[in-house]
Amino acid sequence: MKKIFALLIISAITFTSCSDDNDDNLKTKTEAKTSFNFTHNWDDTAIAGSDFENTQYTNANGEMITMTRLRYIISDVTFTKANGESTTIEGYKLVDVTNDDLNYNPEMKIPTGAYTSVSFTYGLKHEDNIDGAYTDLNSASFNVPMAALGGGYHYMQFDGKYTNSTVTDAPFNYHHIRAVNAGMPPVFPDQPTFITVDLGAMTISDDITIEVKMNVAEWFKNPNTWDLNVLNQVLMPNANAQLLMNQNGQNVFGLGTVTQ
Amino acid sequence: MKNWFIYLLLIVSVSSCSKDDTPDTEVYEPTPNSLEIPAIFEQNIIAPVIPNNNPQTIEGVALGKKLFFDPILSGDETMSCANCHSPQNAFTDNTPTSDGINGVFGNRNSMPLFNLAWNYGERFAWDGKELSLERQALEPVQNTIEMNSNWDDVVNKLQTHPEYPELFRKAFKTTTITKELTAKAIAQFERTLISANSKFDRADQGLATLTPQEQNGLNVFLDEAKGDCFHCHGNPNNPLWTDNIFHNNGLDSTFSDLGLGAVTGDPNDNGKFKSPSLRNLAYTAPYMHDGRFSTLDEVIDFYSEGLQNSSTIDPLMKKVDQGGVQLSDQDKADLKAFLLSLSDPSFLTNPDFQN
Ligand code: HEC
Ligand code: HEC
Repeated sequence: MKKIFALLIISAITFTSCSDDNDDNLKTKTEAKTSFNFTHNWDDTAIAGSDFENTQYTNANGEMITMTRLRYIISDVTFTKANGESTTIEGYKLVDVTNDDLNYNPEMKIPTGAYTSVSFTYGLKHEDNIDGAYTDLNSASFNVPMAALGGGYHYMQFDGKYTNSTVTDAPFNYHHIRAVNAGMPPVFPDQPTFITVDLGAMTISDDITIEVKMNVAEWFKNPNTWDLNVLNQVLMPNANAQLLMNQNGQNVFGLGTVTQ
Repeated sequence: MKNWFIYLLLIVSVSSCSKDDTPDTEVYEPTPNSLEIPAIFEQNIIAPVIPNNNPQTIEGVALGKKLFFDPILSGDETMSCANCHSPQNAFTDNTPTSDGINGVFGNRNSMPLFNLAWNYGERFAWDGKELSLERQALEPVQNTIEMNSNWDDVVNKLQTHPEYPELFRKAFKTTTITKELTAKAIAQFERTLISANSKFDRADQGLATLTPQEQNGLNVFLDEAKGDCFHCHGNPNNPLWTDNIFHNNGLDSTFSDLGLGAVTGDPNDNGKFKSPSLRNLAYTAPYMHDGRFSTLDEVIDFYSEGLQNSSTIDPLMKKVDQGGVQLSDQDKADLKAFLLSLSDPSFLTNPDFQN
């Protein structure tokens, strides 16, 4: 009995998917799936997983750096139409460049149409940055300590080493979080440090794949020339460093290839 | 194009149908026995890894437990898994490296066994060379300085044993014993070894209160300028107290044991070992992959002033040129008190885990 039932279901599924497919050819889509792939470069030179701990890059301040680990959160991708109407894909993706985990395929479909802006949040908005709330991020040990730093999650963990005329392979931990004056209790400055990234206008008529590019060199460059001799480790409790990271992050992301 | 797919599905369904028509010789099914996930894990971290082809059953776990404690798996039947993984030591032993069957010591410290189903990457051993619990369980039996046996002999002995064939039938619906089924049973038992009832866990659940010293020790652990242990060893929201990832934490400037590097062949991985969980440290001395530190004080002194530089040292380590961040005596004592609050005495005495 069970097997017959399963057979019926399988046939039913197959037939319905069949008819779905036929429909595609006949009428235009009202909804589309979105997927995002994250690529990384150093001033246009592509960065691959194999570059970690291998390739040296020169930052704006003249240090040679190698990367050990790079992972960051993007969240709440939002599609906004000219009339102000918007659709937000609530949720987040932990992009783990070190481990080649670079694709975000949200379940939710969005209405097709012309959008004046496709944007996302790098990091987490304050209302989403809830201590311990996300079991997958906890499992990835992406947390920010609660008592002294106010909890929530890292926006980015970027670890590596730098070399210049005075030091060789000195460590840096470019960890970006919500700016906080560490203490018991911690005090948050008013300025947020997450970043809203606008990828620009897009007309979406079908399932779409959007490449999001990160130029890692930008974190060290613009507007603040990052001096690793001064700002290298223990940056999480350094509210000023967090605000500088936010400024340098403004032009880190860009739109790559779009296919649909 | 779609049509062949339907046919394929139909064929698949029909063939599974016909299989079903042959009368079942065995109607018996082992009793499913899902892991009891502690509340603190349920609330904080994602589900454990249970392979689809080896579901937990009451009979499988019981068989695995018997095998784990049975010296029949070793060449001269003097040594079981439990010799090096003893319940009183949170399933490790108390020597720096382990005394194998012929009195020869290996080069690695035995590892405690608990919360193994939450090792999401499923890379086991200090260097990650074992890619699942099922595969790991095959290794010690054949290792000449561990149990020094071979699987053909072991399978023969189990097959002619008065009890095992029936226990395998109950667990796996077959009396034909194989090394794969033996390993599956052991892995099922290992997955039940769950430890989540330390003082710290109970404090998290509102059932105990940390002393001010333990609380300050946690702050040292979580302070980037002091311990900064949390980037590798978990935090109150990741109660595994490990990331299960491979790092060089600065033990040596040159490596006699390459660790992960010997497994991947990548020199950038030399000297990297898996971060161990900090649970149950009260019972798992000595510490590190080679058991070089016999006390927690030595471990803390090492992180505070004994770091050694090398090309693969993790960039999370601080002030390496000065040996470390030089914790004050008070911070060291507090850190130790906090670490000990992660030990779970009930894990040692759980009747389900005794021989
Ligand atoms: C002679 C001592 C000895 C015996 C006997 C022994 N082990 Fe081990 N076990 C070790 C050592 C040493 C390691 C670490 C190995 C390494 O890193 O190379 C280990 C590692 C492990 C691990 C990996 C744990 C982790 O968290 O990665 C598991 C699981 C394990 N053993 C299970 C078993 C089982 C099952 C048996 C019996 C079939 C067994 N061991 C027998 C010494 C032993
Ligand atoms: C960069 C990651 C990293 C950081 C940061 C780190 N550890 Fe470790 N820890 C490891 C690794 C990897 C090992 C195993 C090293 C080995 O055996 O080669 C280890 C081993 C240990 C052990 C031995 C456990 C055992 O069962 O043998 C203890 C205890 C420990 N760490 C405590 C700490 C404390 C306390 C801190 C903060 C002061 C800390 N660790 C910071 C990665 C780290």
